[in-house]
Amino acid sequence: MRPFDYTRPDSLDAATDALDAPGARIIAGGTNLLDLMKLQVMAPETLVDINRLPGLDRIEAEAGGLRIGALVRNADLAADPRVRHAYPVLSRALLAGASGQIRNKATTGGNLLQRTRCPYFYDPAMACNKREPGAGCAAEGGVTRMLAILGTSPACRAAHPSDMAVALRALDAEVEVHAPDGTLRRIGLDDLYRLPGDTPEVETTLAPGEIITAVHLPAPDAGAVQAYRKIRDRASYAFALVSVAAVVAVEDGRITRAALAFGGLAPRPWRDGRAEALLIGKAPSEALFAEVAEAVLDGAVTDAGNDFKLAMTRRALAAVLAETTGLAPASTGTDKVEVPA
Amino acid sequence: MKLRWTINGAPGELDLDPRVTVLDALRDHLGLNGTKKGCDHGQCGACTVLIDGRRVNACLTLAVMHDGAEITTIEGLGTPEAPAPLQREFVRCDGFQCGYCTPGQIMSATGMLAELRDGSPSHVTDSLTAEPEMTDAEIAERMSGNLCRCSAYPFIREAIEAAVGEERE
Repeated sequence: MRPFDYTRPDSLDAATDALDAPGARIIAGGTNLLDLMKLQVMAPETLVDINRLPGLDRIEAEAGGLRIGALVRNADLAADPRVRHAYPVLSRALLAGASGQIRNKATTGGNLLQRTRCPYFYDPAMACNKREPGAGCAAEGGVTRMLAILGTSPACRAAHPSDMAVALRALDAEVEVHAPDGTLRRIGLDDLYRLPGDTPEVETTLAPGEIITAVHLPAPDAGAVQAYRKIRDRASYAFALVSVAAVVAVEDGRITRAALAFGGLAPRPWRDGRAEALLIGKAPSEALFAEVAEAVLDGAVTDAGNDFKLAMTRRALAAVLAETTGLAPASTGTDKVEVPA
Repeated sequence: MKLRWTINGAPGELDLDPRVTVLDALRDHLGLNGTKKGCDHGQCGACTVLIDGRRVNACLTLAVMHDGAEITTIEGLGTPEAPAPLQREFVRCDGFQCGYCTPGQIMSATGMLAELRDGSPSHVTDSLTAEPEMTDAEIAERMSGNLCRCSAYPFIREAIEAAVGEERE
């Protein structure tokens, strides 16, 4: 690890000031940042430890929904009774990610801002446009099993690794951002994450000095069934090859609401409104689910190392839609939303 | 930087470079070599300790982030004369071969059983709203952050189940 200065502010204002230092970075759980610092993929000059900022470690009811502080640990969020009952897809996604030890440390804000696990980003001996703009991309002709197939660019094919963010995207969560001038703004996940284009090193729309302070969940969808399905190379503690988060409601035999978000496929949690719209007003059927999968995968760019993700996505989506619409019995990972009366 | 820790019940002071992880502080500055360095990247779980009662990877967190914390390592769990139930059952069930991952397995199991007692669900828990049960599949999933290259997993799970039984008696 390169030497760095360490500071532990006790207020948001002090944290904002500390972030003014050149090469300053926030550390929260640190489970990804310290890993990258040991590899010298990242080398911050100052670490701003926000773990003791007051009020950011709480989950609070608000306007029918929940406000999740940025420092709420992944384990605590997954186990929160309100989340387990009313937003089960979020619990399921969190529990599908990382290990018990990591979830005890990793935070809500840090999970959103974790870096890709592209093996070429992680290896300073390899060319990576994200790590070193203009260096090239060693993933071209390389091992692409874990890489993205949607939303990529010639400069970068890295996938976003989070499970939590996929569920949050399906739940229409909003991220609360604290600006250096003290104002707060709220943005959806598609407005937080940038697609790589020609500048894969710029991953989010956050301005210098901005701090994620919370995630807001809208009021739960009382009539819906939610599911998170993750497919990976081993049964536990592995990143997704493909994952699907779904929030689906059926009334009188017709699908009335459908939110579908995908992990492992793209540089950010992937959602496709046109594909979702195909479901609305229709009776659930395998043919319909296949049609939706084709719409999601339209425009996918694959190679021989990851074209298996096409069939894997079709099957995962078909299984999740069958269970959430009642066409197939629910298995572990598919839950009814339970809202207290 | 100066910081205070309570380690295995004993308060103490340290003066460390900010780069020192909790793991390196324990092993290199405090002589507590029971906690093992495996991958040093949070993948193997050999360095698992309890910080303020919760299991974490000591390699993936900086010592200076934990000023004032209570840290429990394998040395604080029991003694050769009076081992903790998990320590006794790992020996009785032969829950290891080379033993390198064992302190991490036992510390992780200690934290994991507390999580289970608190009713925290896991990836394999069928109902998110019912109390989770302690099955073989639950133990395997909840212990997936601890690798054993000797692959003593069946006996590790057996030792954990036996320790729970012992505590209940």
